[in-house]
Amino acid sequence: MRDHITEIVVFTLLFLLVSGMGFVAARWRAPKDMAHLDEWGLGGRNFGGWITWFLVGGDLYTAYTFVAVPALIFGAGAAGFFAVPYTIIIYPMFFLILIRLWSVSHRHGFVTPADFVRSRFDSPTLALVVAITGIVATMPYIALQLVGIEAVLKTMGVTGDSLLARHAPIIIAFAILAAYTYQSGLRAPALIAFVKDALIYIVILVAVIYLPTKLGGWGSIFDAAEAKFTASPNANDGITLNANNQIQYVTLALGSALALFLYPHSITGVLASKNRTVIKRNMSALPAYSFLLGLLALLGYAAIASNVKPLPGATQGTVDSNTVVPLLFDMQFPAWFAGVAFAAIGIGALVPAAIMSIAAANLFTRNIYKEYLRKNASHADEARVSKITSLVVKVGAVACIVFLDPQFSIDLQLIGGVIILQTAPAVALGLFTRWLHRGALIAGWVAGMGLSMWMLWQIPNPATKRAHFGGSAFPLSEFGFDTKRTIYVGFVTVLVNLLIAVIVTLILRAAKTPAGVDGTRQDDYFADEGDPRVDRDLTAVETPSST
Amino acid sequence: MAEPETREPDARRRTDRSPWNWLLLLPIVVPVLTFIYNRDEPRLFGFPAFYWIQFLFILLGVGTTTIVYQMTKRGRRP
Repeated sequence: MRDHITEIVVFTLLFLLVSGMGFVAARWRAPKDMAHLDEWGLGGRNFGGWITWFLVGGDLYTAYTFVAVPALIFGAGAAGFFAVPYTIIIYPMFFLILIRLWSVSHRHGFVTPADFVRSRFDSPTLALVVAITGIVATMPYIALQLVGIEAVLKTMGVTGDSLLARHAPIIIAFAILAAYTYQSGLRAPALIAFVKDALIYIVILVAVIYLPTKLGGWGSIFDAAEAKFTASPNANDGITLNANNQIQYVTLALGSALALFLYPHSITGVLASKNRTVIKRNMSALPAYSFLLGLLALLGYAAIASNVKPLPGATQGTVDSNTVVPLLFDMQFPAWFAGVAFAAIGIGALVPAAIMSIAAANLFTRNIYKEYLRKNASHADEARVSKITSLVVKVGAVACIVFLDPQFSIDLQLIGGVIILQTAPAVALGLFTRWLHRGALIAGWVAGMGLSMWMLWQIPNPATKRAHFGGSAFPLSEFGFDTKRTIYVGFVTVLVNLLIAVIVTLILRAAKTPAGVDGTRQDDYFADEGDPRVDRDLTAVETPSST
Repeated sequence: MAEPETREPDARRRTDRSPWNWLLLLPIVVPVLTFIYNRDEPRLFGFPAFYWIQFLFILLGVGTTTIVYQMTKRGRRP
């Protein structure tokens, strides 16, 4: 075991560099007036192609993704590679669906998906449901970014005995992050994303070229992995899929793609871009990150081939498989480059954590504070409340990691992906049709949430010896099918959600229940930059349509 | 499923509709068909088919979104 001084020094220097950038970002593309949610929370709605590419890339491919996906491959093999089809499927969906959300939000000044839902379905209650779902799903995701940093710190041996000593570096890192996000808003992660992504690209390209030369080529890396999975007693691992986990693989890829574009932080990244062309062109350019993620995922196999043994987990007798990639870098790279790699992961956590906290804060401000607590809040009030909420959200995330078992955050994030899907009928279908009734959408959401909780509760995890919330692969035998096949929970529950919404819509229409007034017009969904009807001072939430 | 279109007389191209959009179904549907790629052989540069074929799907995604973007740009009739 070598000492980690060089790694720690390189890591710290790079970390300080981006922290400085975070504070300077407030003056970058200087806003006329920062006391407006469009400026603080959406960077002025004016990001061009390159910034959007770095920002959205830095936002969707988080530090946790970068440590957890290879960890999954390390443990289970091919099943973990779902991240690649998942991040392929998402872009055509963005192209067809989110582009409409951008247009209607641009026209009406919507900041959050819940703003849109409120106006479209004329229902503050439905908007509240969407907002709360978004906040609850995002919180554990922020906490998981800390898990990513922690995996790196652990590998560098930065640990202590007491609760405080062990977590001090993370608390300091998040305090700095909170300070510059407070000051600079979305401009901070946008500027830092340049450094983060550049580092990640360098590290991965070096890793995928250099590591195989040390480990006898990709062929023997895959062979080593296959040998490990053949020897293991688990029937569902292997370097290809088997008959039982294929449905899980594709439904997880589809469901995760749908979930990802409903997450408030992805929507924040998209709404910050300046026109439709920027978004459409990015849908062709963002898959570069999927390529990177695929290569990175395969480092899980490289870790098998180089005999990485994951560090012990938080509780006795468990292992923290998230440490496999950091350990691989530590074993195979020279110390200074391992430091760069660790900084890439650490900084990689900051960008999404900042965007997520901004997105959650915007939801709170627009759809809870302004809707229910202070109806006449000014733009400056909104910006102030959002800034404070972003701090609260980050303190909450740190508290989750410090005081609770990190496994708890992982479970919550798993649940988060499933519950955010329950907003799909209102947010995604709502962009195309208003046929579903607002009451029915709420009923569908309740049914989808209830079923999700029940199904997730039923899933055990033999590896971690837990009876509930052990994963997202639901055995179809529980529904009475005579099979060992499994399916992704969110996929089933969103279909049930939709079915209930359709049935209740038919009932409510038959009963002539009022459906409210649509605050948007058909051609709002195609509006582009420079649209004559865009009024930046208009506050979307109370805009009735005059047509 | 959409409501009747309220076209303004001066709205030049107030719609997203284009037959080219159907092309975007390809990168959504193809990666879901596991029987295409769920095998070890043939290997390419040591990568089992399962992996290199899925890497190729990334190019499929890039290709289709680029084509659809180019063909549906404003000022160009589909």
